Amino acid sequence: MLEVSNLACSRGDHRLFSGLSFALHPGQIMQVQGENGSGKTSLLRTLCGFLMPDEGDILWNGSSVSELQEEYYAEMLYLGHLNAIKDELSGLENLRISAGMSGIELSEKDAIAALRRMGLKGRELLPTKVLSQGQRRRVALARLLVSDAKLWVLDEPLAALDVAAVALIEELIAEHLARQGMVIFTTHQPLQVAGMEMRTLTLTRAGSGSRGRPA
Amino acid sequence: MKKETMSGLFMLVIRRDLMLAMRRRADVLTTLIFFVMVVSLFPLGVGPEMDMLRKMAPGVLWVAALLSSMLSLGRLFSADHLDGTLEQMMLAPQSLSMLVLGKMVAHWMVSGLPLVLMAPVLGIQFDMSAEALGVLIIGLLLGTPILSMIGGIGAALTLGLRGGGVLLSLLVLPLCIPVLIFGTGAVEAVSTGLSVASHLSLLGALLVLALAFTPWVTAQALRISME
Repeated sequence: MLEVSNLACSRGDHRLFSGLSFALHPGQIMQVQGENGSGKTSLLRTLCGFLMPDEGDILWNGSSVSELQEEYYAEMLYLGHLNAIKDELSGLENLRISAGMSGIELSEKDAIAALRRMGLKGRELLPTKVLSQGQRRRVALARLLVSDAKLWVLDEPLAALDVAAVALIEELIAEHLARQGMVIFTTHQPLQVAGMEMRTLTLTRAGSGSRGRPA
Repeated sequence: MKKETMSGLFMLVIRRDLMLAMRRRADVLTTLIFFVMVVSLFPLGVGPEMDMLRKMAPGVLWVAALLSSMLSLGRLFSADHLDGTLEQMMLAPQSLSMLVLGKMVAHWMVSGLPLVLMAPVLGIQFDMSAEALGVLIIGLLLGTPILSMIGGIGAALTLGLRGGGVLLSLLVLPLCIPVLIFGTGAVEAVSTGLSVASHLSLLGALLVLALAFTPWVTAQALRISME
């Protein structure tokens, strides 16, 4: 379970949000909403430990994530704006390496199966520099298929994806939630997960006193 | 699903970086060619007096190795930073220091080791004796990994900075002075008939120190640069 209490975060001198509290339980999904610059990405990056919060705590199963460090990282998966794939490597190599870095030794067979499910059949061995923007995103998203992380932190997962891929991501999220996983994400496109209550957290930018409030 | 162990992850990073270096061979070659050029310019510029060249050889080779290792340092983390791989490395379930050490080892294999192998050929240009060449190689083998590791700290601190390349050299070069002194000292000791063991063991000690501390320091610097 992920608990955030009284979190405050700023970039430079600008306070993005303060007094932010929420909890995410197994099987729950939460969408972070807000206009550009309201701190959605900063919130997700704070959850990953890239940014230090000004105030407040982030707890994973009751212990602070800054103390858990690697133990916490083993149970979470982050997909940011950047795809973290190498242009020179093929989709297959990229997927096996990124899975390896998240601690999973992936066999070639499993990696190919994951890429095929992402709709990249026949392109597994091409260097990713010849793939389109959306196809590269699919290579990056294939990590969702091979990960055993409990918490998914997804920053704009649907960017550059076509309708079929969006449907696939919705399906993957539904499967993950059914396995008692947790998802926190941002998106500017509608994302529907069948049979799940979608919680939303809206970050508003009201001058200096900006506040996040879970709906 | 099988889990990666710490050593598995370490090897994975090395394998990955070597694979990437093989796909971008130009980067590797530029460092090596720069080294060869700088070293070859000296006999042309100074003139063909054997005594002077022999005396200069260790210093020239070491300084050239130092400069060419600066050349490739900027790339140590910047590509991974730009495409987001560095973020994923920080979220690896093993210590970031271990992954950083893997990157440093791979960097040395790509940019340091070729210099070590090339050095004896260039040493002949300076009429170095076989014994002096041997000591030069041992010294470079011990010293170039230290350059990659100290350079790693600088590369992490200057990550994402505009004009970081020059700043990086200014930061790192002074820290490399001890390596330069003991490396050249060992070769000079051969020609004066002194024992080379003291210089080489000091280089070895520096290497052990660098192995113990630089990955951790670099990992901390990377975390700061990510903010």
